[in-house]
Amino acid sequence: MAAVGDLQFEEFGNAAATAAENPGATTISIEGPGESPAHQAGLPRGSGGEEDDELLGNDDSDKTELLAGQKKSSPFWTFEYYQTFFDVDTYQVFDRIKGSLLPIPGKNFVRLYIRSNPDLYGPFWICATLVFAIAISGNLSNFLIHLGEKTYHYVPEFRKVSIAATIIYAYAWLVPLALWGFLMWRNSKVMNIVSYSFLEIVCVYGYSLFIYIPTAVLWIIPQKAVRWILVMIALGVSGSVLAMTFWPAVREDNRRIALATIVTIVLLHTLLSVGCLVWSHSCDLPVCLRYKC
Amino acid sequence: MAKAAESSGEPGTTSPRPLFAGLSDISISQDIPVEGEITIPMRSHIREFDSSTLNESVQNTIMRDLKAVGKKFMHVLYPRKSNTLLRDWDLWGPLILCVTLALMLQRSSVDSEKDGGPQFAEVFVIVWFGAVTITLNSKLLGGNISFFQSLCVLGYCILPLTVAMLVCRLVLLAEQGPINFMVRLFVVIVMFTWSIVASTAFLADSQPPNRKALAIYPVFLFYFVISWMILTFTPQ
Repeated sequence: MAAVGDLQFEEFGNAAATAAENPGATTISIEGPGESPAHQAGLPRGSGGEEDDELLGNDDSDKTELLAGQKKSSPFWTFEYYQTFFDVDTYQVFDRIKGSLLPIPGKNFVRLYIRSNPDLYGPFWICATLVFAIAISGNLSNFLIHLGEKTYHYVPEFRKVSIAATIIYAYAWLVPLALWGFLMWRNSKVMNIVSYSFLEIVCVYGYSLFIYIPTAVLWIIPQKAVRWILVMIALGVSGSVLAMTFWPAVREDNRRIALATIVTIVLLHTLLSVGCLVWSHSCDLPVCLRYKC
Repeated sequence: MAKAAESSGEPGTTSPRPLFAGLSDISISQDIPVEGEITIPMRSHIREFDSSTLNESVQNTIMRDLKAVGKKFMHVLYPRKSNTLLRDWDLWGPLILCVTLALMLQRSSVDSEKDGGPQFAEVFVIVWFGAVTITLNSKLLGGNISFFQSLCVLGYCILPLTVAMLVCRLVLLAEQGPINFMVRLFVVIVMFTWSIVASTAFLADSQPPNRKALAIYPVFLFYFVISWMILTFTPQ
């Protein structure tokens, strides 16, 4: 029978004393609830049988580093799988929107803001808001143009909402799909350092559409010059976000193909924005000519 | 036996008096018959509870549901933090409100040649699919509210907007003009704010704290679209 003294609980409170005794010992410290929070991971502590405590991973920073690289992957038919795409906080969404509004040359939107946590909240709700913004502002501008005419009967033009929704959601999903496919194909031919996952591309496209929401609202102003200046600004901002995101992905490729890719991206974006805005604010041709809209 | 009871009471700080210590003192004499009748006084409505809802009159059934719906309407009109809407959710109220709203918003003639206002089915679909989308969104963000509870809250908080629709229809009976529009705009804005405040009071607590704004924004968009449809309604 072991002596009672052998089973005594050893006090490991004095880390410095232990370190002084065996300078070569590796020690692990464990935070208890009453201990001071200023625990340093490198503090040497008692030796021997505490190796399993390290495996328990009581150090929070170690745990988060381990888990950051691997997301919990549930099978795609469970609800939790889709919850991983909505794992953003309010401030993160605001940061991403801010990043899409202020493109800084040299800073990649994906690397800086998304950081391997792409979300679907932003793209979905920005597209939804954009659909309603375009429909409502088109409606309003038509109303304002015909204000004062006795013969004009106001109609809410409800069908425009469904058409706008189809176009914008198709753009926000199909173009990233095509672009992702294209980049994957080029990746197999040319070794690119930077490659994006499908969701990251969807994320970039979704957030880049944010600038069009205030643009659509401001398009109510019936002045032609103002409208086109607004479109130019919006196109410049969101086009540059997209270009700066995708340039590193095609940079190593054949020069012509890289340039063609970037030009196509920007061109499609132009087509969407100008097309949607002009179409939603369209009016009858004679009225258009009369008011020069 | 008493000793066992005593030792089992040991771990406490002060040993309480063992429970059945006095039992050994009781002796039952052999010649007193232990028999008789036991009557348990039951309150009358407990007996009713098992089969009552089948046997009651139709009026009772309807009135009970109507009272529940009415009580929830009151909760929406005077929103304060309570979970009556969440605890006993029902979808009667949202159905009544949605049907009323859709009936009032639909365009009167079926064959209007131009793009007109929404049809009955379109309003219905917008309200219900909008509510479902918002509920899915809040669940995906990690909120702990059940699907139907959220539908219930969103549906009941359309009540102020339905009232706004009624008021707008009445106002539109008067002559049209900018004053008419201003009155309608004011009413719709007030009711829109009321809806948002009411639904936030019920829904905000079920969201994780750093995502509340993310969950509330779709509600804002939803009621904004409905308010827009109400505001732009013009009778044919």
